[in-house]
Amino acid sequence: MLKEASIRQPLILGHKTYHDITNDIVGPIEGPAPRQWKIALSIAAVIALYGIGCISYLVATGIGAWGLNKTVGWAWDITNFVWWVGIGHAGTLISAVLLLFRQRWRMAINRSAEAMTIFAVMMAAVFPVFHMGRVWQAYWTLPLPNQFGSLWPNFNSALMWDVFAISTYFSVSLVFWYIGLIPDFATIRDRMVKPGMKRFYSILSFGWSGRAKNWTRFEEVSLVLAGIATPLVFSVHSIVSMDFATSVVPGWHTTIFPPYFVSGAIFSGFAMVLTLLLIMRKTMRLEAYIHVRHVEYMNIVIIVTGSIVGVAYLTELFISWYSGVEYEAYAFINRFSGPYSWSYWMMMTCNVISPQLFWFKKIRTNLAATFVLSIVVNIGMWFERFVIIVTSIHRDYVPGAWGEFHPSGIDVGMFVGTIGIFFTLFLLFARYFPVLALNELKTILKMSGESYKKEAEKH
Amino acid sequence: MANKVFHVMYDDDQKLMDAARALVSKGIRVKDVFSPFPVHGLDPVIGVKRTRLAIASFMYATTGTLLAIFGTWYFMIHDWPMNIGGKPSFSWIENAPAFVPVMFEFSVFCGAHGMALTYFLRNGTLPGMPASNPDPRTTDDKFVMEIVTEQNGGMSAAEIENLIKGTDVYELSIKEY
Repeated sequence: MLKEASIRQPLILGHKTYHDITNDIVGPIEGPAPRQWKIALSIAAVIALYGIGCISYLVATGIGAWGLNKTVGWAWDITNFVWWVGIGHAGTLISAVLLLFRQRWRMAINRSAEAMTIFAVMMAAVFPVFHMGRVWQAYWTLPLPNQFGSLWPNFNSALMWDVFAISTYFSVSLVFWYIGLIPDFATIRDRMVKPGMKRFYSILSFGWSGRAKNWTRFEEVSLVLAGIATPLVFSVHSIVSMDFATSVVPGWHTTIFPPYFVSGAIFSGFAMVLTLLLIMRKTMRLEAYIHVRHVEYMNIVIIVTGSIVGVAYLTELFISWYSGVEYEAYAFINRFSGPYSWSYWMMMTCNVISPQLFWFKKIRTNLAATFVLSIVVNIGMWFERFVIIVTSIHRDYVPGAWGEFHPSGIDVGMFVGTIGIFFTLFLLFARYFPVLALNELKTILKMSGESYKKEAEKH
Repeated sequence: MANKVFHVMYDDDQKLMDAARALVSKGIRVKDVFSPFPVHGLDPVIGVKRTRLAIASFMYATTGTLLAIFGTWYFMIHDWPMNIGGKPSFSWIENAPAFVPVMFEFSVFCGAHGMALTYFLRNGTLPGMPASNPDPRTTDDKFVMEIVTEQNGGMSAAEIENLIKGTDVYELSIKEY
């Protein structure tokens, strides 16, 4: 058995046995639904239905229902898309990159972070798909044989790369998540008494039996999937950034975009994981598994990625001046002093200044402060995308074509609606799925469990 | 003599490991182990070979790369070349930098999904399959070692039973089949 250094803080608090872990995670699934959960689900479902209503209206009416105009042809739609994809990145980062680095603290948070990834990418996909207008022809983005004079999609286009990137990312994350879920579903299946529920989890668990060879394969598949999901996660947000970077619009046409977008994505994703987990650990009584140490580790990631994002903002500013291109320079001067400067300063405050508070140990180990700051970061990252997109295009080369963007009710309704759908899905996940990778946690119990560590120190 | 199957249950992974080592050193062949989580270090003891899924994944990914190369060449260069922003539409290699993202994504797509499908098929874990663990507690906190007389021809059932009882057993069930 592997022994862990005694100075490392325990990851599982209190005295737990293997059976306790099963009880703690599976217990809430067996019991009746708590009232708080029903209330939260009802609120989320109402918002989700409103969002679906707005989407239906958009499809029936056309893209003109959004507030887009001739100058600002891309606004909230792509802002929301990039924001959601960015949020999605933390799940894969936690499960894949932290697995490669053998970070054991990931095990308490990877399951729900991956669920968040999958739901966030689904929400992201809503925007480009409905922006197509005739959404029933979305399959035209795939290179399928056709009768339109052999017309193929354009593989030179960053938008086409995005189709491949997002669909690969979504499907690979889904498979990665599900492979990890199977043994845990088997645990639930073997505990369930009610025949209906037993049948349900029996189907979900694919007949998993936990043979030695199955586990060998499981570990190999997890490792290889982590190995290929790591470059995937970096490539996906790089490609999202290329939607802008490969264009010739001043303010977009910058080579710094891929690394800057990737770190921004991790930054906002970790913030969203914190927002969700801080609520979940409390309501589902998971304090022994997700505690201050986990939150502190995540806050450290937020400081690092937030600082990278800050450096990127300043680099962009400097390069726009240093390039000597007056259009480029103007795009940035307009950002911080033009009609949208309020959103620029909002972004700067939320993304660059506020995460620096985590340098203080008192703040980064304070759960309430973390919760507030995680929401601040999410707001800031939404504004970052808004700033990049709208301020770069709202003043065209010819002043006659200058314009401003005002979101319509449908713009707002769709954005709020996706938040509703996201929370509906996440709440359903929290109720019916194992929210922690419980069988993986059992592998670290004896090394990182508090009581076992104390026991080991005595010897 | 009817064949017998021993399901030896342990309540701790360390006890299971010690027992597996002890039994294997006395010449018993362990058919399988059912555990709630991967017990590290057990595989070489009971003779489980390393899986070749990673190699399979590499081959699937290579297939993906080749398909993407063929596809981009066929769609963009051969079948219907178009002048898009002056990018070279007459030569794949000159246009290739623009195809790198799609080639990469498609390789990952094929590598990941090919491996996942192989994993499901090799494990026999597919939707609707029945579970085959001998005791429902093996997905919670118990570890079951399966030993069959058929694979231990040199020993009688009683001898095997005696050896098993020498380990830290939690529960033992013997069935004829």
